[in-house]
Amino acid sequence: MNRDEIPGPSIFHPASSTDYLPVPQLQALQLMRLKETVELAYHNQQDGLLKMRMDERGIKPGDVKSLDDLRRLPFTVKADLRDTYPYGLFTVPREEVVRIHASSGTTGKPIVVGYTQSDIDVWSDAMRRSMLACGLSEHDIIQVSYGYGLFTGGLGAHYGGEALGATVVPTSGGNTERQIMVMQDFGVTAICCTPSYFTHIAEKAAESGVDVRKTKLRVGVFGAEPWTESMRHRIQEDTGVRAYDIYGLSEIIGPGVAIECREQSGLHVFEDYFYPEIIDPETGEILPDGEEGELVLTTLVKRAMPMIRYRTRDITSIMTEPCPCGRTLRRIRRIGRRSDDMMIIRGVNVFPSQIESALMRIKGLSPHYQIIVTRESGLDQMEVQIEVTPELLGDRIRELEDLQKTIGHAIYSTVGINAKVQLVEPKSIARSEGKAKRVIDKRGI
Amino acid sequence: MKTVTPQNRILDAEESMPREEMRSLQLSRLQKIIDYVKRVPYYAEKLAGVNGADITSLDQLSSLPFTTKQDLRDGYPYGFMAIPKDEIARIHGSSGTTGRLTFVPYSHTDLKNWTRLVSRFLVAGGLQPGNLVQISFGYGLFTGGFGLHYGVEATGAAVVPAASGNTERQIAILRDLQPDAIVCTPSYALTLGEAIRASGIKREDLNLKLGFFGGEPWSDEMRNRIEDDMGIFATDNYGLSEVIGPGAAGECIERNGQHFSEDHFLVECLDPDTLQPVPQGEKGELVITTLTKEGMPVIRYRTRDISSLHYEPCPCGRTGVRMSRVTGRSDDMLVIRGVNVYPTQIEEALLRVREAAPHYMIDVDRPDTLDRATVRVEILPEMFSASMKEMVNLREKIQKAINSVTGIRMEVELVAPQTLERFQGKAKRVTDRRPK
Amino acid sequence: MKLQQIAIFMENKPGHLRTICRTLADAGVNITTLSLADTQQYGILRLLTDDSAKAQKSLTEAGFVVNVTEVLAVEVDDTPGGLLRILDIIGENEINIEYMYAFSHHREHMAVMVFRFDNPDKAITCLQNHDIKVLPAIDILKGSW
Repeated sequence: MNRDEIPGPSIFHPASSTDYLPVPQLQALQLMRLKETVELAYHNQQDGLLKMRMDERGIKPGDVKSLDDLRRLPFTVKADLRDTYPYGLFTVPREEVVRIHASSGTTGKPIVVGYTQSDIDVWSDAMRRSMLACGLSEHDIIQVSYGYGLFTGGLGAHYGGEALGATVVPTSGGNTERQIMVMQDFGVTAICCTPSYFTHIAEKAAESGVDVRKTKLRVGVFGAEPWTESMRHRIQEDTGVRAYDIYGLSEIIGPGVAIECREQSGLHVFEDYFYPEIIDPETGEILPDGEEGELVLTTLVKRAMPMIRYRTRDITSIMTEPCPCGRTLRRIRRIGRRSDDMMIIRGVNVFPSQIESALMRIKGLSPHYQIIVTRESGLDQMEVQIEVTPELLGDRIRELEDLQKTIGHAIYSTVGINAKVQLVEPKSIARSEGKAKRVIDKRGI
Repeated sequence: MKTVTPQNRILDAEESMPREEMRSLQLSRLQKIIDYVKRVPYYAEKLAGVNGADITSLDQLSSLPFTTKQDLRDGYPYGFMAIPKDEIARIHGSSGTTGRLTFVPYSHTDLKNWTRLVSRFLVAGGLQPGNLVQISFGYGLFTGGFGLHYGVEATGAAVVPAASGNTERQIAILRDLQPDAIVCTPSYALTLGEAIRASGIKREDLNLKLGFFGGEPWSDEMRNRIEDDMGIFATDNYGLSEVIGPGAAGECIERNGQHFSEDHFLVECLDPDTLQPVPQGEKGELVITTLTKEGMPVIRYRTRDISSLHYEPCPCGRTGVRMSRVTGRSDDMLVIRGVNVYPTQIEEALLRVREAAPHYMIDVDRPDTLDRATVRVEILPEMFSASMKEMVNLREKIQKAINSVTGIRMEVELVAPQTLERFQGKAKRVTDRRPK
Repeated sequence: MKLQQIAIFMENKPGHLRTICRTLADAGVNITTLSLADTQQYGILRLLTDDSAKAQKSLTEAGFVVNVTEVLAVEVDDTPGGLLRILDIIGENEINIEYMYAFSHHREHMAVMVFRFDNPDKAITCLQNHDIKVLPAIDILKGSW
């Protein structure tokens, strides 16, 4: 669709000047900050992980003399966060930490990220600039329908909206009827949530006779899960809401690492804060701009927990052409897939291994299970099917219902989302070479 | 390991201001607010002919009109907003007697004041800069989570925004991140205490020293148990969204009542029937006038909370009047797991489900440590189906409707026709069996 | 006195009950009576057969999840108040009925009901004390009661 078909916001407020820094100036800033970050992480990481790895390779922080030298530094992977849990990658004393967020790791163990006040300020600023890029200003009323809490989506958008000087309505996730009521009655102009939740809200609104087009809602800042161009077109056509893609991950800071501008063509990375590289996920070699590979990010100003070459597992490419919006920040293409088996369900990261570890905590449970992910009117549903074993079967329905509850609870307490638990007959889960296919994703994304 | 009483610290000079000085500050603020609230049509009408300058003594407060929840509801959504929409920094909501929320708009100054008020009771209860605080209140439209979040930040302590629910994860945070303090409802604190014991974690393995509890009524017995379970020093705080959120009043280390921040609130204690002041120290309904609120100021807001006010000097040095624990309500509102619920909301939910009968009862109890609400709904002959599947679907439909109106999950039981009590006159649909 | 009841886990899908009956028929097992408890997604089929060991073996081999539990078959006077009398005795002795179902045939003025009690031994004693007949397995199978 031609982007002119839906009128964008009439006035785009001047973005932060850092968005337009001439490239040489931006690169000088990046290099200076990279050097500081490497020094900080090398000397102050509590578990000394980076120091150990750099020492092994005979690299000193002083060896980083150009941005190109970054390739000599070791990667950081998600497992490092788990292995140094909880505070091993922190680089400041605990008194300087003002916030701690957490997300689930690949197994039952969570990963933890810390922020100093300046980290919170940087994050809020990245979110503020993201909102500016989507055409929002202090005059907007922003409904934040991401979940608040340990997940970074809610508080990230909340602080960004405050930094922008806008009105923030912290509806948090869930209770769709209330979301619609607030949106309509309070004249909300922008919403932050997952794209799938927004389609759910729009569908429910239509069912209850509310035409989103007739509300004041005009901008959606959507993230925390992959989505497609066709979904954007549908949202824009059905609701008249301009839909922008935002990218981020808690290991780096949360939402606000990269954002689409009004061109809706690639996401500008806030390069003064986060340095992107694209690598071949197999060999770890850096790929030239334009080629598709795994996104690797290095934080340039984070104090509490700087990340050096963090492997995001997200597959994308860096776009080379300058953007007509004038921002000099490089763009990455929308992320469509990952180089691991992580699923994103209702904006929550879920690894099949987490489900397995939850199931295996229950005695007598069959090792044959299957995860089926579907999307019903915009809402992701996770169903876990487990074969019933003789040890678990009594003659009373209640016992099986209790078993379903126990399994549901174990999954919830591990990944933080409710799964529908289905008990199925033995051998009903298809095996390939004796092994069940663990995940069936029917969402078509 | 023993509960350690923290040192007495006072954040703001206003907290220990001599009473005469405080009263004159209140009077001058009351005069201003009387003129200010006339931007709100309701007050322009009710206060027609009354000017701030006419108020020469705080005693004249009794001549001013009341504001009730119903009044706020009638003004939905913008009726009580005293600033242009553009100046609103945040909107919170509080549950009404039906599914409609009452919106509470905050200006930037309101948010700043609110944060300071929360910091006051946190400091009073022993919180230190550099501490780590686990906030296990829900974040969102209700004011609990955010009030505490910003208050903790402002004291120079760090926040783990655990939010509510997922007890196992809460315990993992307590064990692994070693927070110094926890914020939640008192009943949830009991749940955590029991779950900690069940998981085999010892009190010594935790670093918890302080607990800040609010959002629902509780007792000294509960406090003792929580302190025992977690080895913490626990304080109580009070507030309501219509007035500001948590932070209207809070306990000091003496724990002999919650000091009101009287520079921001004028508080009265009235007989709910006659609306005349009760003698000092006797029980009555708290009525609060905001003195500094910009977004949604309220004059003589009837909180429906039954408490008593105590003016004797407190050894901590604070001069703010102390309220006793809330012992009841002058209406039928229930507080279930920290969420305010009105029986009329259940009725509204049932009306939305075509097949449901209007006969229902609400039973509230606390089987372990968490509140449990069970709604028993009579089944109509036309609702009945021999298929278990359809009956289960119906029950789930009712449960969903209740959840969407009240925001909390309740158990639903379908019962046989004509088995629930019928009422002549005022229906008594709630049985509350929770220990007081 | 206690009868071996076969409980089978069964998804609510077309043809599943038929497969079970086919399996039993092929094994030469006769179903004496049955009851089905269902939920939205699955059910538990409870069977009394003339050979519970064979039934269990054949069903397990056919890939079903099978469990054996003990129930009582109790003679009930087939007149108004007949079942009431039994329930009174059970109630007075604080025994719970988990579920019950009726037998498929009866004799003269007597019907037979199958009960799953939480405490079957106590139930046997109480019922026999009140001269209520709890039928032994052999009688059921032979239909000779």
